[in-house]
Amino acid sequence: MAQVAEKAQKYVGGGVLRKEDPELLTGRAQYIDDISMPGMLWIAIVRSPLAHATINSVDTSQASGMPGVKGVYSGADLAGEWADGLPCAWPVTEDIKLPKHWPVAKDKVRHAGDPVAVVVAETRAQAVDATEAVEVDYEPLDVVVDMEAALAPGATKVHDDFDDNSCYVWNLDVGDVDDVFNNAPVVVKERYRHPRLIPNAIEPRGVVCQPNIPQGEFIVYSATQVPHILKTMLALTVGVAEQKVRVIAPDVGGGFGSKLNVYAEEAICLAIGRKLGVPVKWIEERSEGYLATIHGRDVVQDMEVAADENGKVTGFRANLHADMGAYLQLVTPGIPILGAFLYHGVYDCQAYSFTCTGVFTNKTPTDAYRGAGRPEATYAVERIMDALARKVGKDPVELRRLNFLEPFDEAREVITGLSFDSGNYGVSLDKALENFGYDDMRAEQKRRRDSGDAKQLGIGVSTYIEMCGLAPSQVLASLRYAAGGWDAATIRCHPTGKVTAITGTAPHGQGHVTSWSQIVADELGVPFEDVEVLHGDTAISPLGMDTYGSRSLSVGGVALHYAARKIVTKAKTIAAHELEVAEEDLEYDSGTFSVKGAPDKSKTVAEVAFSAWTAHNLPEGTEPGLEETHVFDPPNFTFPSGAHLCAVEVDTETGLTRVVKYVAVDDCGKIINSAIVEGQVHGGIAQGIAEAMYEEAVYDDNGVLMTSSMANYRVPSAAELPNFETDRTETPSTTNPLGVKGIGEAGTIASPPAVVNATIDALAPFGIDHIDKPVTPERVWAALQNAGGGSVEGRGTDTTAAGSGVGSADTPGGDA
Amino acid sequence: MIPAEFEYELAESGDHALELLNQHGDDAKLLAGGHSLLPMMKLRLATPSLLVDVGRLHDLSYVREDGDAIAIGALTCHEDVKDSDILEQHCGIVSHTAGEIGDPQVRHFGTIGGSIAHGDPASDLPTVMMALDAQFVVRSSGGDRTLGAGDFFTGLFETALGPADLLTEIRVPKLTGGWSYQKFHHRAQDWAIVGVAAVQRNGGASVALTNMNEVPMRATGVEEALSGGSDAANAANEAAQNTSPPSDPFGSADYRRDLAKVLTRRALEEAMS
Repeated sequence: MAQVAEKAQKYVGGGVLRKEDPELLTGRAQYIDDISMPGMLWIAIVRSPLAHATINSVDTSQASGMPGVKGVYSGADLAGEWADGLPCAWPVTEDIKLPKHWPVAKDKVRHAGDPVAVVVAETRAQAVDATEAVEVDYEPLDVVVDMEAALAPGATKVHDDFDDNSCYVWNLDVGDVDDVFNNAPVVVKERYRHPRLIPNAIEPRGVVCQPNIPQGEFIVYSATQVPHILKTMLALTVGVAEQKVRVIAPDVGGGFGSKLNVYAEEAICLAIGRKLGVPVKWIEERSEGYLATIHGRDVVQDMEVAADENGKVTGFRANLHADMGAYLQLVTPGIPILGAFLYHGVYDCQAYSFTCTGVFTNKTPTDAYRGAGRPEATYAVERIMDALARKVGKDPVELRRLNFLEPFDEAREVITGLSFDSGNYGVSLDKALENFGYDDMRAEQKRRRDSGDAKQLGIGVSTYIEMCGLAPSQVLASLRYAAGGWDAATIRCHPTGKVTAITGTAPHGQGHVTSWSQIVADELGVPFEDVEVLHGDTAISPLGMDTYGSRSLSVGGVALHYAARKIVTKAKTIAAHELEVAEEDLEYDSGTFSVKGAPDKSKTVAEVAFSAWTAHNLPEGTEPGLEETHVFDPPNFTFPSGAHLCAVEVDTETGLTRVVKYVAVDDCGKIINSAIVEGQVHGGIAQGIAEAMYEEAVYDDNGVLMTSSMANYRVPSAAELPNFETDRTETPSTTNPLGVKGIGEAGTIASPPAVVNATIDALAPFGIDHIDKPVTPERVWAALQNAGGGSVEGRGTDTTAAGSGVGSADTPGGDA
Repeated sequence: MIPAEFEYELAESGDHALELLNQHGDDAKLLAGGHSLLPMMKLRLATPSLLVDVGRLHDLSYVREDGDAIAIGALTCHEDVKDSDILEQHCGIVSHTAGEIGDPQVRHFGTIGGSIAHGDPASDLPTVMMALDAQFVVRSSGGDRTLGAGDFFTGLFETALGPADLLTEIRVPKLTGGWSYQKFHHRAQDWAIVGVAAVQRNGGASVALTNMNEVPMRATGVEEALSGGSDAANAANEAAQNTSPPSDPFGSADYRRDLAKVLTRRALEEAMS
């Protein structure tokens, strides 16, 4: 077990204001669309309006003659540009079906939005105008939208090369599952549906490629979370020597997983830049992004729990179907597997079974979306625990207490074979219940039930666990993940005492510049303001694995800590030499080495940095300069946890449901910056409430995305959200010396089951025990109608009715 | 989100705007706040060759008393309508409803005239105008004419305005009785899934519905039931009569019909209290 430093620190732990904010808030940040170059041309993409069709021909002649147009290329025209298809780096099973995924479709389109041609023009408007003049002759094919239909015998195949639309089956069984379930006095089984979600980072994607043809070099600027991964993958896909590719992620405006990928447009810009020898730029339109950027979730779960009559759990069994969409993007197949080990939550059990079938459909590919696999697991576990509580007649809080793993502060193995780093689940729950005023809320609920109030109150609880910082790399290999789980940091101490920290993480809103400055400032005893943090450029930070999965602090931040330790070690050798004492006679505290017993004899790290630079008087064998790099491959994951409580008010006449109280108590181990943690929790809960109550990507039977813009894909705003009451407990991780766990996804993982459990709780007196996410007003109303014996017809969408289409499909609230 | 190419003219006066409209006919579109037209152009659902910007005709931005009526300039933005003391005092349903539109940014750009002229059955103000039997003053090269709200909304995104007409003024009555506008939406910034306006007038009540048909409509079944002596709850059961609501991701037609009844009851209860 790593030792966690307990001494008070100047910066770490406090809510230091973010260094990033002044330029972000005053509009001086440099996003991808702020980049412009002399002679730069614009790229626009012609996309298939059909979900599944054969391409008979692509006629580019008319578009080629339009004003400003410099080139129009079909998939066939560009076929020679690719050394390989777009990468999938996580083939989760040996016999997984891996379809070829060309950046521009050659013979067939497989989802609405699939690129079919590329237009290059002098201005963006000219490029977009010319896309309308490209004539594509499509032969429409049958469309598979629904996973069950896709798996039915004889279903139309998304990929002709394969026998069927099943992509893979992944399984993990522990214990005698059948025996436990066959002999359990109580078994509860429910089906949960996770709608498709559209990530909606506030900044759309975009790419600029700047070629240097004489040198054969290319700089690719991309709004990406993964510049390092992108560099390697672009080299492989477009066939450029990797040392000739430099990827720069400028200021990036959010990702939520949607920019953790290697996209067609990145390959296209590099290929066209190479072909034409001039800088080219592509910026995604928002409505284009709804089709061309990965979606999240789209999973159906059959979830079962086995228990005794008291509700003591004996087993969990989960059977998933996960919609891959039409192709496998970077980590598409692995997303459900990120949750595969968490379908027992924070509860003890004797038998465990998880199976996931990946399915191809004619829809936009799915991939990582904030939480990635863990929200699905948490939702299933926390919903089924409530169902079990109802079945055995227990309060859901009591049922959870009965089943919690006992507190532990040394890593302990759980049923799946993972080792949870540390956990104390009861204390978070106790604190949450107190902050929530649980008993008072239950009393208010009873009052409303007894009086038959039209507005009923429901209370939901979610005691979640998640896993962050995927590592060590060997374990990732056993999961067939193609990359490592390490990250890197370099610290450079300048002769003037200033410090540059170079990180392999790729922040896009997380505030790494601030948190990393806090860590370095405390370790080296330099002012916070004197630390510069560099990131996001593969020429400046050549080593890195980027930012996703709440990994940055627990991997990259820890690498930085170790690099600082190396600096201190080297500086100590030099300081001892200069002070003419043995190293053992020096004490180190907050940047100063002092001689034990003679504290006025001392050297600071800054002074040593100058000596190391002049190199006039270095100990024998010591290299000049004070710069160290560390690459950290963690020995284990980290496992943040916590308890969220939610109260909703349901208008039983209209179905309108509002969150009226929300209490979160999170345990992400040690905190570096409390304000950043708070921000992550707020944003995460908001995104989770969105998933639970508002957002859903809806396709019609032809594979047309009905929720095609922000007007009808319902991202909630602050006006829909309650005040979040957040609090924390602190159980240091045993995985790393900082004791940190990760907080980027916790809110999104914890909150959906809390909200839906609350909604079901409000409606339990009506005999309602299930409503699919998102619990929209209509879904709640329909459940009430069904419960009351009223007839509710299907929610089929009639696209020809008044007010549909345009009437509801431009800007929100758009009265002229 | 890149519109097709178009020309732009800034109208110096109402007459200048009419002159441009007469010159260019159907190819020209009036631009007021732009919150409906510009999104449609960005999606290339509308491709006018000329935009005539009337947004700076400040003489068409006003709220004033005119005898038994209140006159509202067509280019008054929703925020000014919302904040009008005259409306709050004499016809509160208009200022209240203006405050229910979109968000503050939308309300500072969008105009009452633009909202009415767009003819979107999901918009709130046209419904209120129907309940109030508002009068619309329309200017053309032939002079001014006045249309009643009941004759104005002719179809989905269609009104009685011709290609060379300019809506200049909205006239609403001073109210002496209660009123209510029940807007049901999922997000604050959304259009109404269903909206119901109820106004006490002439000893009875007029009731109108948002997003229950191709045009904003009066709930005549409800009004008749009320005048026949029904109470609010019973009258509200007639709210779905003769409606043809859309089905879309926000709600099925059945759901909207049921909402119309619930919201009509609530509107009547509030208006009559």
